[in-house]
Amino acid sequence: MSSREHILAKIKSIPRESKLLPDIPDFHFTENIPSRFIQSIESNKGEVITESGLKAFLETNRFEKIISLVSGMENLSTQLLPSDAHELNELEIAIIQGQFGVAENGAIWLTDENLGLRALPFITEHLVIVMDEKSLVSNMHEAYQRIGAQHSGFGLFIAGPSKTADIEQSLVIGAHGAKSLRVVLK
Amino acid sequence: MSHPAKASEFLQDAAKAKWHDETLWFVRDKRDTISKTIPEWEQLRDLASQIKDNVLANLDQYLIQFEEKAKANGIQVHWARDAEEHNQIVLGILQRHQCKAIVKSKSILTEECHLNPYLEKNGIEVVDTDLGERIVQFLNQPPSHIVLPAIHLKKKDISELFHEKLHTEKGNEDPAYLTHAARLHLREKFLGAKVAITGVNFGVAETGEFVVCTNEGNADMGVHLAVVHIACMGIEKIIPRRKDLGVFLRLLARSATGQPITNYNSHFRSPASGKEIHIVLVDNGRTDQLGREKFKNSLKCIRCGACMNTCPIYRRSGGYSYGSVVPGPIGSILSPGLDVKKYSTLPFASTLCGSCTDVCPVKINIHEQLYEWRQEITKSQGTNAKSISMKIANGIFAVPFAYKVTGSMMRGALKFLPDSITYSGLNTWGKQRDLPETPKETFKDWYKKNRS
Repeated sequence: MSSREHILAKIKSIPRESKLLPDIPDFHFTENIPSRFIQSIESNKGEVITESGLKAFLETNRFEKIISLVSGMENLSTQLLPSDAHELNELEIAIIQGQFGVAENGAIWLTDENLGLRALPFITEHLVIVMDEKSLVSNMHEAYQRIGAQHSGFGLFIAGPSKTADIEQSLVIGAHGAKSLRVVLK
Repeated sequence: MSHPAKASEFLQDAAKAKWHDETLWFVRDKRDTISKTIPEWEQLRDLASQIKDNVLANLDQYLIQFEEKAKANGIQVHWARDAEEHNQIVLGILQRHQCKAIVKSKSILTEECHLNPYLEKNGIEVVDTDLGERIVQFLNQPPSHIVLPAIHLKKKDISELFHEKLHTEKGNEDPAYLTHAARLHLREKFLGAKVAITGVNFGVAETGEFVVCTNEGNADMGVHLAVVHIACMGIEKIIPRRKDLGVFLRLLARSATGQPITNYNSHFRSPASGKEIHIVLVDNGRTDQLGREKFKNSLKCIRCGACMNTCPIYRRSGGYSYGSVVPGPIGSILSPGLDVKKYSTLPFASTLCGSCTDVCPVKINIHEQLYEWRQEITKSQGTNAKSISMKIANGIFAVPFAYKVTGSMMRGALKFLPDSITYSGLNTWGKQRDLPETPKETFKDWYKKNRS
């Protein structure tokens, strides 16, 4: 008997009471959605900025290696998306389009369609996500309703920059992934 | 070695033990604060528990559905009865790809299967990439906590370790500096690895996708740069529907560290073009636990670690005192299921205060199960010192005269007995505890005098 059959047969042989799968109700969200989203991003150590704020950030730091995949902001790119993700190792800025954000925790939904290469939002030094303020939803239940049956090979909620607190519980931003997250709300 | 013996080793460094206690309590406190910001918190716990009840009742069906969908998505599915088979499957994949070095993100399951030493024995370099796990791996130690693997270490220890391993500046204990050094070191490993291994937080039967949650982004750095992603998943990690993730992702990070969500929550559904995803579905004792009516609820666990952070015993005895991969209250239910003899002292490493049950996001009746294990273990082992003293106490309480006399004798004796006897090695109870001051008179005498 294969291990698959062995495991399944063993489970089947255990007497079990049937238990119904609960419905997930719509929970009310009484707070103001955009202001709660901004507050959530900030508490995750990210930042919400305007389009002109983004321009100022790019100019003052004189970044040279930028990839922008956002339609209408392609001109910010200084290089093309490579075919091999390893070539992104020196990338300073990635600018990508977020599909929607979640007010209660600041999580932003992205899929293959937005990423170009799956490694992009992780390997870049700094990450910028551009999003429509009208796309915001209240909580994770609404988020999954919105995702619905959407089919993508890879999907991701990003809520902030890479962080760790593994050394004496001291919060350090920038463990392996992007050292900062800026969200441009349009 | 028993839990009390190992706990006393941990307590030898009193200052560190105090720090450990306070730090975990701080995390528990953050969990309390954030859970109170969600009005439907208790309802979410109920929902999570009910979803997991349904999973356990239909586990075979959901596994079949998950496999079918995952295969249709282009994921290769493997099944492993036990740790050994799991390790062989992983090694087989590595050998087919002629891979000599892998990067791994935090996975309690691979710890449970002792994958690292197995791969190393077979000539493969294994690099744990979660910062805390990398630190303990440098020390040849297992994680001491499932969410905070290096919580038992001070920054001074880590500074010395990194000076030796990564040539950081001697005496520089700045966490940001040390983390940056680890970032540079691990980035080289990420860029060089052909295969990356991760654990799985949730597998979704409906879609055949699986979700991995981290704050560091290490799982993603590994898998998106590698050609092959191997995901190792305990069969109980399955959930029925995509929308169920809404419930679990709201509970997981809030319960674990008091943050609203982990910063990276990746949903893997099919491999990127030209790449491979393998998933290994592992039993390793889980079906045995499912067959134990009193203990099967322990399989609902989502590995948030909240029960460890709140447990007065865990906080004061450290993760290593449990001698099991999953320490703390939930580990003390899971481990005896794997080897009741080896882990016989663990269900006794609890005050049965119920705090673990109160914080559990999926409402596992942890303290009740600990109590059940105590009974099973006591039945199988016969008498021990504690039960003898309980029998004596029982005799005293049963005879009113004996109780009265013993009471006045003890009140007298405790006043005059030197600490060397009260707190001697023979009296394990006296360790880390102070006796209360004894009253001058009994309640009975006081009542006689004061009744109106």
